[in-house]
Order: sequence, then C-alpha cells, then structure tokens
Amino acid sequence: MDFLGQHAPELLPGNRPLPAVQGVIEAPHGTTIVAASFPGGVVLAGDRRATMGNVIAQRDIEKVFPADEYSAVGIAGTAGLAVEMVKLFQLELEHFEKVEGAQLSLEGKANRLSTMIRSNLGMAMQGLAVVPLFAGYDLDREKGRIFSYDVTGGRSEEHGFAATGSGSVFARSALKKLFREDFTEHQAATAVVQALYDAADDDSATGGPDMARRIYPIVTVITEEGFKKLTEAEVSEIARAVHERRLEQPDGPRAALL
Amino acid sequence: MSTPFYVSPQQAMADRAEYARKGIARGRSVVVLQYTDGVLFVAENPSRALHKVSEIYDRIAFAAVGKYNEFENLRIGGVRYADLRGYTYDREDVTARGLANVYAQTLGTIFSSAAEKPYEVELIVAEVGNAPEDDQIYRLPHDGSIVDEHGSVAVGGNADQISSYLDQRHRDGMTLAEALRLAVDSLSRDTNGGERTLTAEHLEVAVLDRTRPQKRKFKRILGRQLSRLLDGHAAGEQEKGQPGEGAGESSGTGSTGGNGKGAGKGGAAGKNGSGASAADADEPESGAADD
Repeated sequence: MDFLGQHAPELLPGNRPLPAVQGVIEAPHGTTIVAASFPGGVVLAGDRRATMGNVIAQRDIEKVFPADEYSAVGIAGTAGLAVEMVKLFQLELEHFEKVEGAQLSLEGKANRLSTMIRSNLGMAMQGLAVVPLFAGYDLDREKGRIFSYDVTGGRSEEHGFAATGSGSVFARSALKKLFREDFTEHQAATAVVQALYDAADDDSATGGPDMARRIYPIVTVITEEGFKKLTEAEVSEIARAVHERRLEQPDGPRAALL
Repeated sequence: MSTPFYVSPQQAMADRAEYARKGIARGRSVVVLQYTDGVLFVAENPSRALHKVSEIYDRIAFAAVGKYNEFENLRIGGVRYADLRGYTYDREDVTARGLANVYAQTLGTIFSSAAEKPYEVELIVAEVGNAPEDDQIYRLPHDGSIVDEHGSVAVGGNADQISSYLDQRHRDGMTLAEALRLAVDSLSRDTNGGERTLTAEHLEVAVLDRTRPQKRKFKRILGRQLSRLLDGHAAGEQEKGQPGEGAGESSGTGSTGGNGKGAGKGGAAGKNGSGASAADADEPESGAADD
C-alpha cells in the first residue's frame, strides 16, 4: 500500500530490519490448507493445529480468513507473520474498494498477494516463510478460482483443487482421487474434510477433527452470494460422517482401480 | 511605492465565507435522517458514478455537497485516516468523532489560510451505534466548525428550507420507507414553493444499517430495491401506481439537475488523476491526522 509505505513504513512487513539470528526461530506454524472448486463456487478449508517444533502450540487456531466479500485466504507457515499479512491484505482490498468505488478483479487481488509474499522473502530465507492459498469467486467469469503460491511470490492458478502447508502432499493426493468436476457444494465440503483427515493421518503437524474437544476444521464456501463460513454444527455433521465411515475403513473411501 | 489596500480581518473572513456559501448553494442538497434501524442518506444526484454519499469505515459514512474534486479529496483523506487508525489499533477505535475532528481541522486551516481559496463544501459524517441513541451525526460547514445534529439534517443549496421541513415532520422510530418518503418529499420542494417529482434515477440513497450482520454497515440502496421502497410510498398516497420503471420515465421531464451535473463533470477530470493528485493534496490533512 503506497500510502502506508510513505506514511508509516514500519507497519509494512517488508520494511522491517531482519533479525540477526542464524538458524530457525521457534515460532508457531500453521499447517494444511486445501481448496476445491465446484460448479458455482469454491471451498477453502484448513485444519486447526499450530505447532512449534514438536509441540502443539495451539489446537484451535483459525487459518482461513475472508479477504473480502468474494475471496478468502488460507495461511500456512509462520502464524504471526501470516496473520499480519492477511490483515494487511484485507485492509488493502477494502481500502481499494472504498476509494475507487469498485472491487479489485480477482486477478488483481491474486497479484497483490503475490507481491506481499515476495516482500517477505528475506524472512522466508531465515525460516519464517508464509505460503497462503487464495480462493475466490470471479464475478466476471462466474466461477470459483484457486491460486497457489511459493515463498518467492510465484503465483499459479490451480484448476480443480489445491493444497498448501506441511500436510499438503497427503491432502493433494487424497483430493486427486476424490475430486470430481460435478461436485455439489456439500460434496466439495466433504471432499476437503476427507483430504484434511488424510493429511492429519500422515502429517504430525496437521490436526484432525478433535471429537472430544469439538474442534473441527474451518470450512468456508465462496459463491456468487459471497463468502460464507460453515457453522460449527454444519462442519461437525460432515466431520462426524467422515469419522463414522473411517471407523469401518480407516484409510477412507476407495477409488476405482481402473 | 504602493501600499496594499487595507482589508479588515472581519471583512476578509466575511468575503471568504460568502464565497464558500455561494459555491455550496449552487449544488443540489443531501439529507441525512435517523430511522429505527440506522441512518439514511438521500442525495439528489443524477450521476451513477460520482457519489455524494460514501462509506468511510465499518459504521461511518460520509455525505457532501459542493465542489466534487474538493470533497472527493476530503473523502479519500477520511478513508485513509480511518483505515490507518483501524490497522494500527483496532476497528473499534475508529470513530465518527475523531474523523469529524480531523475534517474540522482541515477545513478550518484551509478556510483561514490566506494562500488558498476556501473549500466550497459542506460535509456530514455519521456513525451508526448499537441503538438509535448511540447514533452520531456531525455537520461540518465550510469554515471548519462542527455541529452535532440529531434526528435529521440537510446540507446544500436549499438547506434551510429543507431542514425546517424535516424538523417539523421527522420523529424517532421511523421505518426505512417512511424516512425515505420524508427525505424525498423534502428534496422535491423547490425554492419558490413548487414541487418537482424525484424518481429513482435522480436519487442516490444509502443506509448505515445496524441490523446488517456484516461488520461494514454501509449499504447503497439501488435499482429494484429503491423503486420498491419508493413505490410503496407512491402506493400509499395514490392508488397502486405503475411499476417503478414506468413511473420513472413519465416524470423524467422535470429539471435534470443541471448544476449537479456541472459539478460532477469538473470532478471527473479530477478523478482521472486521483492516484497522484489526491495523494499530494492530502498531505496537509494527514499531517492533521497525526496530531
């Protein structure tokens, strides 16, 4: 943001002097975020665990945020930096909308996020990386779109589904087998919960649905009507259904061999 | 060696005030009313792109009359002030009172500085609270004073007449449709006592609605929703009138806001370069914001 840069540069993440320490700093990390599109929108979901080394730092962290009315961002990486980046990103989209009287295009939002990640490169080199996943409903093309990033700010549009974070390898593989083009909203939400379950199964830094404490993944849906976060009751219903089936089949639904 | 003419400070200020007042009086009016669920803004404005009413922050909105480029500068300054405050501290910490103070400082400085011409604008800053008693409406005339208003307020060309009309008829706990009807009635009265018909095309309507579930309470009332609200009002007086569009066309012959348009066009030129020029022009203002 130009104005902030001139007026209060110390508030911008890129303009901070880098800490002189060598080696990895122990700070809470966020973990697996998955997204899947369906005709008419896109779902973005994240698990609830934050880890610090081998310690679970927080069980109920929220890693998926609305960026504005028609987009959301899920964060993986150093939690403190990521949350701040999202806050600045939200501010910027809102500011643009108010000043110009029109929303940024979805591409514009994705590009802006890319620049913000790049400005964090110095920190990323010291082990404090932030790698978000951005999903939104494109009002011009009338479909949900997903953008993934790397630490250098490289942006790539994903078609169908995507995942980021330490459990992303497992989540992506699970989604690859489960994903279908003709998902309904509810099916897409179920698929991402399945993927998060698989990620939690194989990655220690990703938390599965915690039935005892009633901590379930955050699932958000973006459609033509805008951003919507599924209520705890809705997510718990999906998570319980998934959990129920896993009691019989621990590895989840089987895909056809051929 | 020539001595400059002596002009007494009283005379200089009176001249400047008159200059600003005349500029403001040329434009169309804006009215702001409290209703049961929030604050209603109604402006007579044929342009869809150049707004007289706009959002500043979650619970705060801004309405202005006068020269478009001048109040657009102030609006952008206000959005910047509010967003910076909200980012630095918390969204709760952005208040209409703080914003009104910043505007008052800016307008006051410009008004009394001999180097600049006074701004020909009059602003309203309103904030919606959790209950009607917590709503705040501030009127900021061109000279940088602040007036704390309650119930209803009008600014612009015909403000005195419209305000007295509103004061007599406005009461607490009006519904949105009632408040809108009153606002439109007050705006459609001419200076010479005649009546004009204002239709949805000539109106810019927005609300700060405390019942909205989102954090941002500002909402424009556009198109079909506006015609429906206006129609409900027409149906009350006459019989069930024609649907919105027909009514709109038939009365389109009335005076099509010549003045408003002129001001709008001047503003459009300003807006093209808004990125750079607004930033420059805002420097003194952001300075004030820091104090």
